[in-house]
Amino acid sequence: MAEIAFARPESLRDVPFHYCPGCHHGIIHRLVAEVIDELKVRDRTVGVMPVGCSVLAYDYFNFDTQEAAHGRAPAVATGVKRVHPDNVVFSYQGDGDLASIGCAEIVHAAARGEKITTVFVNNAIYGMTGGQMAPTSLPDQVTTTSPYGRKVESVGMPIKVCEMLSTLDGAKYIARVAVNNPANMAKAKAAIKKAFEVQLSGLGFAIVEVLSTCPTNWGMSPLEAVGWMEKNMMPYYPLGVFKTPEGVAK
Amino acid sequence: MAEKILMKGNEAIGEAAVVAGCRHYFGYPITPQSELIEYMAKRMPQVNGVFLQAESEVAAINMVYGAAGAGARVMTSSSSPGISLKQEGISYIAGAELPCVIVNMARGGPGLGSIQPGQCDYFQATKGGGHGDYNNIVLVPNSVQELVDCTVLAFELADKYRNPVMILGDGALGQMMEPVAFPDKAAEAPAKPWATTGLKGRKEPNVINSLHIQAPDLEKHNYHLQMKYKTIKQNERRWEEYRTEDAELVLVAYGITARVVQSAVDMARAVGLKVGLFRPITAWPFPYEELGRLAKTAKGFMAVELSAGQMVEDVRLSVVGSKPVYFYGRTGGMICTPKEVFGIVKKIMLGEEEK
Repeated sequence: MAEIAFARPESLRDVPFHYCPGCHHGIIHRLVAEVIDELKVRDRTVGVMPVGCSVLAYDYFNFDTQEAAHGRAPAVATGVKRVHPDNVVFSYQGDGDLASIGCAEIVHAAARGEKITTVFVNNAIYGMTGGQMAPTSLPDQVTTTSPYGRKVESVGMPIKVCEMLSTLDGAKYIARVAVNNPANMAKAKAAIKKAFEVQLSGLGFAIVEVLSTCPTNWGMSPLEAVGWMEKNMMPYYPLGVFKTPEGVAK
Repeated sequence: MAEKILMKGNEAIGEAAVVAGCRHYFGYPITPQSELIEYMAKRMPQVNGVFLQAESEVAAINMVYGAAGAGARVMTSSSSPGISLKQEGISYIAGAELPCVIVNMARGGPGLGSIQPGQCDYFQATKGGGHGDYNNIVLVPNSVQELVDCTVLAFELADKYRNPVMILGDGALGQMMEPVAFPDKAAEAPAKPWATTGLKGRKEPNVINSLHIQAPDLEKHNYHLQMKYKTIKQNERRWEEYRTEDAELVLVAYGITARVVQSAVDMARAVGLKVGLFRPITAWPFPYEELGRLAKTAKGFMAVELSAGQMVEDVRLSVVGSKPVYFYGRTGGMICTPKEVFGIVKKIMLGEEEK
């Protein structure tokens, strides 16, 4: 009898992704879906989607979802969780959404120890609007709104979200991962799973930052984009576990 | 209906919300409605409800979005500058057709304005407020008892039409104390099969959303919203008339101003001037037809507002040019007196006031 070695997770609908070639959103969607399947919580999951490239994620996930205004996903997720404490509630957000316009919402959700999980996709640029500078764009990075490169003397250094949120007691699990190779994908999935387990245990807020590529707006091939991320993003945004409920840092 | 108790307007709204079955409240402190958020902080835990002080009005209204989308009877409250901050969320709530109650105990504006009573948020409340073609149902009570009645009604209407309902009060109504009686309970919330509760065996996921990326889809959605608004306009106009039967001059006022104007009407009647009061209780839908009907008998109309002239535009739309429409307003938190309004009435009836 043939054994199924690789199948679509039940938590993903049979709908083709709209994402650009080489974009990591598809991989990250799949990892989230696999984790929700494995934890057997699809029946009580509510996902809150952002404004950005993943704005249509509600078309892809096969469980209840709400589409939030730009940056407000942690507040919307708070509303859902406070009505249904037994639901598994997560926000899925990009860097413009979470680290710029939604900075207050993510900081206070973490500070409250809101029992939600956040999947934060950091590709150092605004993708959907066509490649503008993000709060996570790197120094001297050329974007459509930093055509001469990000000038740190004018706009400051990029925000390190995991490090910033690690100062808050309510944040119980914080990790930064990447999906640039199979080994890192396995680690990313483990981190996402841990972040949902922290919610299921009722411990508090959990966030996983996933470094991601944007070949289209970086102006690179998918392969070049992975190389650029490894060379430029990983040194500034080191991978690792910043906080766990056990208190182990790194 | 229980016995009457003396209660402050802001607190009465809070208790009425509890009676109406509201068990989720998200807010942010601002004068002159802070007694309401404080009342909810104390009261919600007593009824196993959720009180959460949000980090901002923006966050509070988005928590309301999440909670309403999850099926709860939910409320937030603020005052003018805070309501401006909530407009983004209110537009999304209207677009996603979520039932909720938003209280605005309005103060003077623009900007930080003042903390005294104002009615200068009428345009914002009744003509949309945020972006897009949408309407809130807007209730404009004029007493502490009516704050109670309108709060209960607001939850019922919100659920009935899946629409945000705003209670547009003012700093005076929120701060004053009057005897009130509470109903035993409100109409039960209807089933909400659209809510994101988790699938719980349901086959098709529920999605709470205001995005329709394909233009024809969005237009279809807008037509649907407009049909709903049409139904609301037909069914939910509320108003009250006082001594209008033979009135030659009809004064139009709502909220705290209507209380002042009612006294002015009595002063005018005492000297034989035929004056009446038309008081909208729903500012949206505005009772255009009912006010317009009075144009058959009245010789003129005057809107009295704590603004530079906002509702007066709806009065003109009611009368459609058939009779003169005058306006008298005070701004910046100044409240007109009955004597002051009576003085204007005398001028108009002697033909001295400019239109």
